[in-house]
Amino acid sequence: MMLSVSNLHAAVDGKEILKGLTLEVPAGQVHAIMGPNGAGKSTLSYVLTGRDGYEVTAGTATLDGEDLLALAPDERAARGVFLSFQYPLEIPGVPALTFIRTALNAQRRARGEDEIAAPAFLKLAREKAAALKIDFEMLKRALNVGFSGGEKKRMEILQMAMLSPRFLILDETDSGLDIDALRIVSEGVNALRGPDRAMLVITHYQRLLDYIKPDRVHVLAGGRIVASGGPELAHELEAGGYERYEKAAA
Amino acid sequence: MSVTAAIRDRDVTELPSKRDEDWRWTDLRGLIRILPGPSPAFEGDLAVGPFDELVTRVVAIVNGAGEAKIDVPAGETAWVALRIVSRGDGAHAARVTINVAAGARLQLFETYEGEGGYLSQTTLAIALAEGASVERLVLAADSPGGVTVSQAEVSLAAKSDFAQTVATSGGRRQRIETRVSHPGGHASLRLDGVYLLADKAHADLTTVVTHDGLDGVTEQLTKGVVRDQARGVFQGRIVVAEGADGTDAKMGHHALILSERAEVDAKPELEIYADDVACAHGNTVGALDEDALFYARQRGMPEAQARALLTEAFVGQVIDRIDQDEAREIVRAWAADRLRA
Repeated sequence: MMLSVSNLHAAVDGKEILKGLTLEVPAGQVHAIMGPNGAGKSTLSYVLTGRDGYEVTAGTATLDGEDLLALAPDERAARGVFLSFQYPLEIPGVPALTFIRTALNAQRRARGEDEIAAPAFLKLAREKAAALKIDFEMLKRALNVGFSGGEKKRMEILQMAMLSPRFLILDETDSGLDIDALRIVSEGVNALRGPDRAMLVITHYQRLLDYIKPDRVHVLAGGRIVASGGPELAHELEAGGYERYEKAAA
Repeated sequence: MSVTAAIRDRDVTELPSKRDEDWRWTDLRGLIRILPGPSPAFEGDLAVGPFDELVTRVVAIVNGAGEAKIDVPAGETAWVALRIVSRGDGAHAARVTINVAAGARLQLFETYEGEGGYLSQTTLAIALAEGASVERLVLAADSPGGVTVSQAEVSLAAKSDFAQTVATSGGRRQRIETRVSHPGGHASLRLDGVYLLADKAHADLTTVVTHDGLDGVTEQLTKGVVRDQARGVFQGRIVVAEGADGTDAKMGHHALILSERAEVDAKPELEIYADDVACAHGNTVGALDEDALFYARQRGMPEAQARALLTEAFVGQVIDRIDQDEAREIVRAWAADRLRA
């Protein structure tokens, strides 16, 4: 099992948000997490990536059997965990290319690999930017500063493509995207699907799942997975809403 | 009341003190109980300065000895390194007069280089004639025991262009003051600063700009990073006199405080007596953005590296504004050395 989460409890500011979440994602699969606002979707993504302030009070989370929760955020990244942020941060003064190269080389050093040489890095960046229809000149600008919502999401996918992670968490990647941007972003994500990778796609709406087709769909309500099923579950939710699951969770 | 008079008369009561509103955060009277005697003349060779290889002329003033004059004739271009060097524990004062004639251009690389527990005063008078252009870079590397005051009076003429960047690591007490009389007339002014302070360093960047005529431009951006028990002071005042319409003035001061015992005192002031002006100022003092830090770490950067990257980027926005390429890279390397230490 690539990602294995068992009976996970986590609190923010002393308030318990995740209340016994159990989830397994095997390599090669895409799992969707759907749920109402406040269910704990973003908390799950931050707990898995090790953000300060998200305190795990019980349970386990492992990646390929290794205890994720014992690792620092950058150590998790070096092992291939990538979070596409719902609200990507603006990094004033750091050109996108510099930021990505610094991150990539930090990961490579942590894995005991050689740093990527500048020409190879630029070639890779040009290639991936073209595929995502990102103007290469934009990569010379400070990362995300003054970028539109859609541009920021595309930059997340570009970073994902360049860092080549093994376990991808997409947190509300469709928010703020128009249909054209949604298609480009989804194509970028789908290009990364493969037998050695797994993805967790967190979304409030079914729309994104028309483009990134999940193998499994889980309903997160009240801090737990309350239902799981095939892709058809997403359509049911779209038609019936989350209400009955929220009642069940309460 | 001046440091020059205090040194001349060996009288501590003439030092500026916290009772002077302008010096309340840089109280020399409270610091210095006994005025040191005059610095001896420096014997020996000076090491090569950081900008010597870039320039056509080096003016070195060691322990205040000598009065320097730098003239750039009309239409000419000069690259000059001005080295203010302090050695030992004495007191000394120097004067520097700089005249840049009509249409002339001066690239000035000014360094403060200190070793010891000295008291040093430097007074500069910088005059630009019509259409003259000056880029003044000040790199202040005082010793942790040194007290330095540098006061520059800059007078602009119509269509002149004065750009300044002060980069400093502070001293026991250090004040770098720039007063600009701005006649408008499409003259443009850039007054920038970077202070990177550690241990018990103190740096005070004080500027006063007075716009007296129509259509003047002032751009000001100062950034600081302080840690340990260091203290940064920024006092920026822009005065737009009655009738100085069409003035466009922007002032920004932003500081990062990286430890609980570090301190930043800031006083940005805009005094506007004209009606038709565009003036803006922003002032922020805070910690590194934790969200940005997590973002960088999530992408794989270890915490120390992520902090260094974000901090260098923070001050890099000031350094990027230095026009001259080599100077900009020297300052960038200086900042990287200090921030990664």
